[in-house]
Amino acid sequence: MSTATHKLLKGSTGDWEMVIGLEVHAQVTSNAKLFSGASTAFGGEPNTHVSLVDAAMPGMLPVINEECVRQAVRTGLGLNAQINLRSVFDRKNYFYPDSPQGYQISQYKSPIVGEGEVVVELDGGKTATIGIERLHLEQDAGKLLHDQSPTMSYVDLNRCGVALMEIVSKPDIRDAEQAKAYVTKLRSILRYLGTCDGDMEKGSLRADVNVSVRKPGAPLGTRCEIKNMNSITFIGQAIEYEARRQIEILEEGGAIDQETRLYDPNKGETRSMRSKEEAHDYRYFPDPDLLPLEFSQSFVDELKAGLPELPDQKKTRFVADLGLSAYDAGVLVAERESAVFYETVLEKLANRARDGKVAANWVINELFGRLNKEGRDITDSPVDAAQLSGIIDLIGEGTISGKIAKDLFEIVWQEGGDPRALVESRGMKQVTDLSAIEKVVDDIIAANPDKAAQVKDKPQSLGWFVGQVMKASGGKANPQSVNELLKSKLGI
Amino acid sequence: MTDLTSLTLAEARKGLAAKTFTSLELTDAHLNAIEAARVLNAFVMETPDRARDMAKAVDEKIAKGDAGPLAGIPLGIKDLFATKGVRTTACSKILGNFVPTYESTITSQLWRDGAVMLGKLNNDEFAMGSANETSCFGPVGNPWRRDGSNTTLVPGGSSGGSASAVAALLCMGATATDTGGSIRQPAAFTATVGIKPTYGRCSRWGIVAFASSLDQAGPIARSTRDAAILLRSMAGHDPKDTTSVDMPVPDYEAAIGKSVKGIRIGIPKEYRLDGMPAEIEKLWSEGAAWLKAAGAELVEVSLPHTKYALPAYYIVAPAEASSNLARYDGVRFGLREQGRNINELYENTRAEGFGAEVKRRVMIGTYVLSAGYYDAYYLRAQKVRTLIKKDFEDCFAKGVDAILTPATPSAAFGIGEKGGADPVEMYLNDIFTVTVNMAGLPGIAVPAGKDAQGLPLGLQLIGRPFDEETLFSLGEVIEQAAGRFTPAKWW
Repeated sequence: MSTATHKLLKGSTGDWEMVIGLEVHAQVTSNAKLFSGASTAFGGEPNTHVSLVDAAMPGMLPVINEECVRQAVRTGLGLNAQINLRSVFDRKNYFYPDSPQGYQISQYKSPIVGEGEVVVELDGGKTATIGIERLHLEQDAGKLLHDQSPTMSYVDLNRCGVALMEIVSKPDIRDAEQAKAYVTKLRSILRYLGTCDGDMEKGSLRADVNVSVRKPGAPLGTRCEIKNMNSITFIGQAIEYEARRQIEILEEGGAIDQETRLYDPNKGETRSMRSKEEAHDYRYFPDPDLLPLEFSQSFVDELKAGLPELPDQKKTRFVADLGLSAYDAGVLVAERESAVFYETVLEKLANRARDGKVAANWVINELFGRLNKEGRDITDSPVDAAQLSGIIDLIGEGTISGKIAKDLFEIVWQEGGDPRALVESRGMKQVTDLSAIEKVVDDIIAANPDKAAQVKDKPQSLGWFVGQVMKASGGKANPQSVNELLKSKLGI
Repeated sequence: MTDLTSLTLAEARKGLAAKTFTSLELTDAHLNAIEAARVLNAFVMETPDRARDMAKAVDEKIAKGDAGPLAGIPLGIKDLFATKGVRTTACSKILGNFVPTYESTITSQLWRDGAVMLGKLNNDEFAMGSANETSCFGPVGNPWRRDGSNTTLVPGGSSGGSASAVAALLCMGATATDTGGSIRQPAAFTATVGIKPTYGRCSRWGIVAFASSLDQAGPIARSTRDAAILLRSMAGHDPKDTTSVDMPVPDYEAAIGKSVKGIRIGIPKEYRLDGMPAEIEKLWSEGAAWLKAAGAELVEVSLPHTKYALPAYYIVAPAEASSNLARYDGVRFGLREQGRNINELYENTRAEGFGAEVKRRVMIGTYVLSAGYYDAYYLRAQKVRTLIKKDFEDCFAKGVDAILTPATPSAAFGIGEKGGADPVEMYLNDIFTVTVNMAGLPGIAVPAGKDAQGLPLGLQLIGRPFDEETLFSLGEVIEQAAGRFTPAKWW
């Protein structure tokens, strides 16, 4: 591993460095909302998952959902972060119809999770360590529907009160690639932990991106915040655009206005949403309806003991125990489902020590390659872990060759079935019986006397004979046996 | 059978149990009294049909010997409590004809125990006021008048309807809430007994919020014993209110008549205000003397931060209120005044729906929480609050069991007499009571005498956290010594 060098942007006055910080809003995986018993299920009819508390009816009071607390602590532990045994919920006051209380319950001065860090993988095997400033719990807002009536807006409160974790990075990110790698890694960790499904299309994970530029080594510049990004690709594009926009302004002698901007993916540009002057005064103060959130170290320890193996640990283990390359291990652990698939294959292998590495190659090259080609996800792979381990067993024990294995993989992909049974029924077994091969070898030598004569001077042309024999045997001949047989017959 | 209304709750309970009369008879007697007393404007919603249905149902239960501790007792409910299917407005125009689909925890406990609802009682709008003059339904009359005068006086506030109705014998007891004195001050103005229990003793769920860290519900009753009976049904842990405390509810009535021998009563020197009426001084001394005669021990104590309590209260309470009242926005329930866009809708609705005092407090609260002012006002007020709390803790740590103070700096005054030009004049009514809310302690107001014009005056006893029982024991001593006071009927 080596520490990253980051990309600088060239301007007319020299190089510029980007300084980027992200606020990621991750929807907590829980059945009920943060302060009410209403369901968090996605896609219900409008206003069908709304309790009296969510609708802020008079006299209603919030009650903390302990599962959301556990999820936040698990996440904090997964980010190697400080867990605060005492934190405070505050009210963030603003008027908008998506917020029935007239305030969002959030955590302002005392968040549940403090500083931590995430190591992200970059191109070329480099890594960068991105600091986490804090993680806090807060309520999601409802959704306004502007397309239901020509004159009125409607509001759907289904999402209102759903628990979010706001994960704030330190301004440690230096270019778009790092930002994308950071969100990718964060998403992966959350999915491993099962604390957020990471579904960016459904809005379960979204990011506000703070961007500023400076000459390398200079003090921090004025930042702009790009709100509500829900695609990793767009995050990269928005950062590139925004940094260049700021550089252009600065190089023309202008100054950056601190403001909130929105990214338009169709035009590929960011636009001003509101200036600093228009920013709300949220009048934060501790929510008097809720006591400070307190729990014991043993509560944290228990959650820690129950944490699953996270991608970094898994990668290290794959490299150390199975001899995978860091790159291959990284590919396998990047998505929780991929790692689960690979480990299921491993579990089912007859000889893990012998074939673990082969299995990694098969998962990465054959399976992922094929899935990518068809735009399919590992979770709906037509070839399951048992089938793939069956194929690898057959290779390992020498029953089929690697080439036949690819054919077999194709059959299993298309038709399904047990690999071993398929090999039997379709006669795909490798022929290692020398007498069976010998006749084929003799015939080919006899039919090609010129080449047989030449091969003594040009041993590299032996390959041609091997190919011919393999072809004649329908690929079932054991290549090694063929090789040896040819050598002795040809006298080399 | 109108004489049934003159019974105390405890006496009525005995009569019902002995089947001397039915709950329906008792309820009808009170419904008739309510009808005859509409001039007091104590009730903003009478629910006679529901009352009779409830009474009949409970009569059947009594007949079967299956009666709860409040079986058949007709009560009035402050309009701050959500009552399922019955209009609940907090006496604000902004709630309009809001009818909750839910019942507050406290009222549901009262119905569980067999009580009968007579209707909803007037209060200051969102419980903001000390004279029940800010209600959108108009002011409440105090059944008490000055000797020889026809001037209608205020019953205090914000639980003015509750106090007036109990004093005028319109209901056997009433629910009330107290954020800065809203139970104790009206109780003192009407010669009724009112207790604000320890913060967390009663659930706030289903009560329209004013200032969440200060609001606490309690009963207003005709006697100390009645208050004890009612509080037992009202109190208790509620998982829906995480600020409510999970402690067993004692049998408060058992504290009535219990000896107060050896109990140490603190007399705080800081409550001896400059210019305090001599008759308040006299009442205070008398109360102390009665307690001493009953065996209690008197000690002078100091609560040095008392003078900062009122200003700090008028920062903390409006700050919380400004946020609690944000939900009244015309979007989901209650009044809506249309506008061309969402901001206009908010502005029009809130301008039309809130009264002047509520607007004043929302503005104060918004100001003290705003950027650049938070530290100077809200944060500093919270620090003062901590000091006030510590004053009491120091006192209790020195072995003081309860503290005796006047309940109010004066007797009831005339409608429109105070606060017209300077709202602080009205706020000063809470001078003896707000400290108790700031410290989260229990406080009881008991009638102790009359002023020179024949108006009732009350004393306040402040207790250790969750030691309401000592307050009931001490309150009973004062009640026994001072006697009970009933206004001459003029309505």
